[in-house]
Amino acid sequence: MTVPSSSSMQRYLTETVRDIPPSGIRKFFDLVSASKDIISLGVGEPDFITPWRVREACVYGLEQGKTTYTPNSGLLELREEIASYLHKSFAVTYEPSNQVMVTIGGSEAIDLALRALVSPGDEVLVPEPSYISYSPIATLSGGKAVGIETSAKHQFKLQAEQLKQHITPKSKVLILCYPSNPTGGAMTYEDWLPIAKVVEENDLIVISDEIYAELTYGHKHVSFAAMPGMKDRTILVSGFSKAFAMTGWRLGYACGHPDLIAAMLKIHQYTVMCAPVMGQIAAIEALRNGLEEKDQMVESYNQRRRLVVKGFREIGLECHEPQGAFYAFPSIQSTGLSSEEFAQRLLQEGRVAVVPGHVFGKGGEGFVRCSYATSISQLNEALDRIGSFVSKFEKAPI
Amino acid sequence: MTELKSKILDILKEDARREPALIATMLGKEEAEIKQAITEMEREKVIVKYVPVINWNKADDDKVTALIEVQITPERGRGFDAIAERIYLYPEVKTVYLMSGSYDLQVEIEGRTLREVADFVSTKLSTIDSVLSTKTHFILKKYKQDGIILEDHQDDHRMLISP
Repeated sequence: MTVPSSSSMQRYLTETVRDIPPSGIRKFFDLVSASKDIISLGVGEPDFITPWRVREACVYGLEQGKTTYTPNSGLLELREEIASYLHKSFAVTYEPSNQVMVTIGGSEAIDLALRALVSPGDEVLVPEPSYISYSPIATLSGGKAVGIETSAKHQFKLQAEQLKQHITPKSKVLILCYPSNPTGGAMTYEDWLPIAKVVEENDLIVISDEIYAELTYGHKHVSFAAMPGMKDRTILVSGFSKAFAMTGWRLGYACGHPDLIAAMLKIHQYTVMCAPVMGQIAAIEALRNGLEEKDQMVESYNQRRRLVVKGFREIGLECHEPQGAFYAFPSIQSTGLSSEEFAQRLLQEGRVAVVPGHVFGKGGEGFVRCSYATSISQLNEALDRIGSFVSKFEKAPI
Repeated sequence: MTELKSKILDILKEDARREPALIATMLGKEEAEIKQAITEMEREKVIVKYVPVINWNKADDDKVTALIEVQITPERGRGFDAIAERIYLYPEVKTVYLMSGSYDLQVEIEGRTLREVADFVSTKLSTIDSVLSTKTHFILKKYKQDGIILEDHQDDHRMLISP
């Protein structure tokens, strides 16, 4: 029996998988990993460790032998806590028994939602720059991802007119992520109103990724699901990764109309069965007793945000003020470099890693994503190094 | 205490070397406002001193620290304060707290040797007229001090680039 060679194995792959380009972030990851003594502003996760009380609850659960499967949609106790938390924090009300499901990270929830909603040929609208996974997941679900370019001029907020221009008879789903990774843009109630109108007029379903909902500065997060008439059109996706520094736990959730949740649950139960019980036990503790520590982390991000934005502006890089998440998205156009060139040269010459903006899709070129989820001393050092690097370039007209 | 002052204290508690300009940026305020708030807190003795947290185990400077439970008879008119003052004025004494419970004062003493600490307790502390009894506990190891974990093994394990 002959073993197919590695290159010939390609022929077994589906066309869809073959056609999806490798993540630009992955390519840059390899480059950064090969470098030494660098300060990384490329990390898309909190620099805090999960609060001890949360970790300890998990350990205690293990000691008690809580190691079994849970209901497909997650422990009822956790779903009740999630529903209560969303109600208190963002004024959205869900019935824990059939409108809330626990998933393996917010990513699984988005995948489930797209697989449940998208038929071959359906168009999925994605405001960009966006989290790198939305478009590929939409493609994997058989749909066609349609990027909508947002701009720094509007603080990377989606504009209703732009949305309208991209809608066709095949448009079915709109994926929203505010506060945004990578731009830090966030939407207010007034920003949402015209979007909600377009969504309703065009009968769209919205997947609202609100994983950064807790990380807003100077204003309170407005959930798209809380907009008038939008709750039943919206699958609210969130999780514990960002607010509670629980990235590695892979624990998220989705909330929405019972029929949509039931459809997502069908896929979930045939694929992963349920989210790991240990993480669910920890998440209950996070929601019950971890809110104060969450608030301290948010305050700390806010302080670093101010430092970074001011720093970039002093260096001479235009930087809109991020209203949420923990990313700054400065323009590097004044250097005359592409975002890829800028990131590569900054890494080699300045020993600072940032993520080139073009990997996040349309509108990302000319920008770099800088995570400020790192210590004040590291941020200060990184800003010094970026300042020295940028000073090599004559200021080009913007 | 204003909210601003409280936030300044939180920032300084983390690192007392932070300059007013940096604190001003972190809090989105003017530097002058931060300087004024710090000056006020220094004048009011809210901020008493700026000192580093030292892990003496690593400084190769062997010191012996003891926590001593002291029972005393309070003085008429001055309560516990007069005796507390007599005790805290000794340079060997690092902290003095008035406690509720089975004893009155908790005194922390630092010395170079066990003998030095023992001598202080037997010749100075126990001999004060109002002191009824002492119970000495030597600190064997410090794990956490003033909210700071001294042997912190929690390194940053994050990937250098992540989505």
